[in-house]
Amino acid sequence: MNVLARIGAVVLAFFEAVGRVAIFAGSALYHCIAPPFHGRQVLRQLIDVGYYSLPVVALTTLFSGMVLALQSYTGFARFSAEDAVANVVVLSMTRELAPVLAGLMVAGRIGASMAAEIGTMRVTEQIDALATLSTHPMKYLVAPRIFAGVTMLPVLVLIGDVIGALGGYLVGVYRLGFNASAYMQQTWNFVETMDVVSGLVKAGIFGFIVTLMGCYHGYNSRGGAQGVGVATTNAVVSSAILILIANYFVTESFFSK
Amino acid sequence: MSAPPKIAFRDVHLAFGPKQVLKGVGLEVQKGDSLVVIGGSGSGKSVLIKTVLGITTPDSGQVLVDGVDVVGARGRDREALNNRIGMLFQGGALFDSLTVWENVAFGLIQTGAAKGKAARAKAIETLARVGLDEAVADLLPVELSGGMQKRVALARAIADQPEIIFFDEPTTGLDPIMSDVINHLIVECVRDLGATAITITHDMRSARTIANRVAMIYDGKIVWDGPVDKLDAGENPYVDQFVHGRAEGPIQMTVRR
Ligand SMILES: Nc1ncnc2c1ncn2[C@@H]1O[C@H](COP(=O)(O)OP(=O)(O)OP(=O)(O)O)[C@@H](O)[C@H]1O
Ligand SMILES: [Mg+2]
Repeated sequence: MNVLARIGAVVLAFFEAVGRVAIFAGSALYHCIAPPFHGRQVLRQLIDVGYYSLPVVALTTLFSGMVLALQSYTGFARFSAEDAVANVVVLSMTRELAPVLAGLMVAGRIGASMAAEIGTMRVTEQIDALATLSTHPMKYLVAPRIFAGVTMLPVLVLIGDVIGALGGYLVGVYRLGFNASAYMQQTWNFVETMDVVSGLVKAGIFGFIVTLMGCYHGYNSRGGAQGVGVATTNAVVSSAILILIANYFVTESFFSK
Repeated sequence: MSAPPKIAFRDVHLAFGPKQVLKGVGLEVQKGDSLVVIGGSGSGKSVLIKTVLGITTPDSGQVLVDGVDVVGARGRDREALNNRIGMLFQGGALFDSLTVWENVAFGLIQTGAAKGKAARAKAIETLARVGLDEAVADLLPVELSGGMQKRVALARAIADQPEIIFFDEPTTGLDPIMSDVINHLIVECVRDLGATAITITHDMRSARTIANRVAMIYDGKIVWDGPVDKLDAGENPYVDQFVHGRAEGPIQMTVRR
């Protein structure tokens, strides 16, 4: 009986948390589309999420593209299928690696900083102060961040796609001795619109997950510096897990026939 | 029939988890009154005034502003109400990412009452009222001393001339002279704006300067309230003990060793 009660308590707590996040997300989305808008806040977040994440995303995708070329070459050499290197690189980058890596990197960079900033505002009563100064905290703090996440991550991933393919090209041509124009040709001929589009859709979803988790955990943090620390950790861990889970289901819905 | 009191608490109960903080607070504040709330640390003074702003929600009872129950007011109603209220938070709660003048003008800009240069001019004018000169206007809150931050927070609370003002420990952390300046400023605000004010303080000197009425909260209830000149009449043993700062009396400080 006791065991059942405990399982029940855990299940209830889980659904309560899901419900809270869903209500938070609904309210955030409402404030994204209902005026008035805080233009300055939106701009600040667009720059923070988009521009300042660029180096991190560029570096991770560049080296992933490079290592992918190297690995697939040594692997495929066993079946004399070295020609597939360009295809493998561009497919894996656009469909999987660019969105997932960018999502995870941005979770570490942006999700954490959002949770810390909003969490500090919560525990120092700045969020309460907003409400007394005719400003809705969801509209002023949360909506601009979520908007920036959903719009900027696809942009980052598109850039990441190109840089990843470039990484593969560099290794392919200068390290593995492929013919430069043949490699390019292989890449272009093989990649389909759907590959890129599915990656960008994933990016939008991951951007939503990261910013939602950062804002949610920050907004609900309590108890001083330690509380903010917990919120930051929870934001990063939960977005990383949700990204990987969501990734499977989006892939499933795009490519299973 | 006479006008309803500006603010009235009717049998307000509030608990945080198992901890019962307010156990049936009843209190009325007439228009133009300057009420000082005294009471021990942790007795629920801050929580009480936050029920008017909707930052904390009572479990039962009514909080009336102009005779209208505001518990659970949301959306536009809440915004319209909070527009009429200014609040100085105990910890200041200044926005640390904004400059001093942007903090002071925040409410003015959000309500559209002033823009750009006019908002800045109004902010500087308000800063002058609390004894700060223009040089601090472009600093960030972290660059100010604790007492200066308090004065900026005070300026932010009175900048858009609210009809109800809450001051949560306005003089803690200030030197005696600046305390006196702030006390007189509060008196002036209430007189000039015709505002209704509730001030929380531990400082009996400041209470005597600011108040025309005093209320004492103890064990979750208002144990006494009356005009300030009755403060020393010895009507109530709790008030008597608090005013004279005696360790012996009906209020027992539980100190665990
Ligand atoms: N958000 C909260 N969560 C849990 N408990 C809280 C919260 N806010 C206040 N409390 C508790 O409510 C009680 C009253 O707090 P409050 O801040 O109103 O005290 P106070 O009378 O203003 O004291 P002080 O004079 O020290 O400022 C305290 O015991 C505090 O622990
Ligand atoms: Mg307090």
